[in-house]
Amino acid sequence: MNKKVGIEVSLAAADAVKMANVDLIAAYPITPQTHIVEHLSELVANGELDAEFIPVESEHSALSVCIGSAAVGARTFTCTSSQGLALMNEIIFIASSMRLPIVLILANRSLSGPLSIWNDHTDVMSIRDSGWVQVFVENGQEVFDHVFFAFRVAEDPKVSLPVIVNLDGFILTHVIEPIEYWDQESVNKYLPDFKPVSTLNPDAPVTMGAFGMPGIYTEAKKAQDEALINSKPEIIKAWKEMGEVIGRRYSPVETNNIEGAETVFLTMGSVGETVSIAVERLRAQGEPVGQVKLRLWRPFPVEEFREAVRNVKRIIVIDRAVSFGGQGGPVAAEIRSVLYDEENRPSVTNFICGLAGRDVTPDNYIDMYEKSLKDGDKSKEEDYVIYGVRE
Amino acid sequence: MIRSEEDLKWKDLETGCVISDAGNASQYRTGDWRSLQPVWDKTKCIRCGVCFLFCPDAAIRKTSEGYFEADLYYCKGCGICVQECITGCITMVEEEE
Repeated sequence: MNKKVGIEVSLAAADAVKMANVDLIAAYPITPQTHIVEHLSELVANGELDAEFIPVESEHSALSVCIGSAAVGARTFTCTSSQGLALMNEIIFIASSMRLPIVLILANRSLSGPLSIWNDHTDVMSIRDSGWVQVFVENGQEVFDHVFFAFRVAEDPKVSLPVIVNLDGFILTHVIEPIEYWDQESVNKYLPDFKPVSTLNPDAPVTMGAFGMPGIYTEAKKAQDEALINSKPEIIKAWKEMGEVIGRRYSPVETNNIEGAETVFLTMGSVGETVSIAVERLRAQGEPVGQVKLRLWRPFPVEEFREAVRNVKRIIVIDRAVSFGGQGGPVAAEIRSVLYDEENRPSVTNFICGLAGRDVTPDNYIDMYEKSLKDGDKSKEEDYVIYGVRE
Repeated sequence: MIRSEEDLKWKDLETGCVISDAGNASQYRTGDWRSLQPVWDKTKCIRCGVCFLFCPDAAIRKTSEGYFEADLYYCKGCGICVQECITGCITMVEEEE
């Protein structure tokens, strides 16, 4: 039977990576991700995990090592945050274009400057268009479950793409939660052995990472785009089968109190839980409010999202990053684009909040709801509001 | 069967653009990089083969008469043959449209 353990989420994530029987870990410590990779290095050093742990000199090297590892058919894991992801940037795009199934846990943290170690989503938004599968989780249990999910999806030969699991730094990484550990048998059942689409092997040589002239680059990008779009059915299947193994059901777009909701909050990541408290309170007051959570960010679940908000009049999009000089935060810009061709499309109000660990409470979300009602059409004139900024 | 990249449709590409057939560099047309092409003056050529030896792309071949000419599928027009020719029998001429 699966047992519940009270444990820091980072340690549980590392335990899940161990249970996934990873072959290689290459990572560099960076706050707030450090405990994950620290614990993995302990597990390897203590002989509890039979894997290569390569302590590299930078994140650029970490992901480069991961590319080599995945290319030879090893189950490969890395982990980073913020500036670490920024330093990986060059290799991030190479990993996805080479279709290498690497799993990366990203403990979301703001990017400098000003120098900050605290949580928001500016790091992942900087690589939004990199071609990685990107999912968000809300709590420690979801992190644990999504380690297996990430390997399963990445290594699915129909997908063969790197996967990022986004979890909010500190808010999730550094808290102790009751987490239901899978038993090893369930992991083995859910996560088959890695059978790579192609491997570097001296006995059957292939070329990986060749250059592409203008005569082929467009075709390469089209193939990559199709690969990410076509990963969605396999992603949904992986969630469905996880439900069959452990009983928790996940989907690309999840809803809360959507019945009869005229206004919905749209959230990604751990703020979803705070917003759900605000939604409960507003519902208790008779307000027709619900919540839509984006679990899958790339490939963007267009049909599922449109379906989820079909009867909604107003969407309050919560962004955790600024798109400087753009029309709202990156999530809101995407949502507006997805809704543009819809008849009877809901209005979109965009609040950017919770930057670099600034607390946003249920009362703040209730305030945003009231503002969005009061402002009515005015909210359409303003592309976005940076919430709680001192004027 | 290796095909020129210009013949490939996006669906023809292997996952991650892996190239599983070896030896495909011979398919790659570098001749379209050229703006000038080498022309040999047979009246001055002594058939020594220095141009053949120095061509960095092995894009010079021997004709049945023992003279030399560029393989225009590969010749990039670098002009090294002109530089190395002992008798000065090779000149670079403008590519004609």
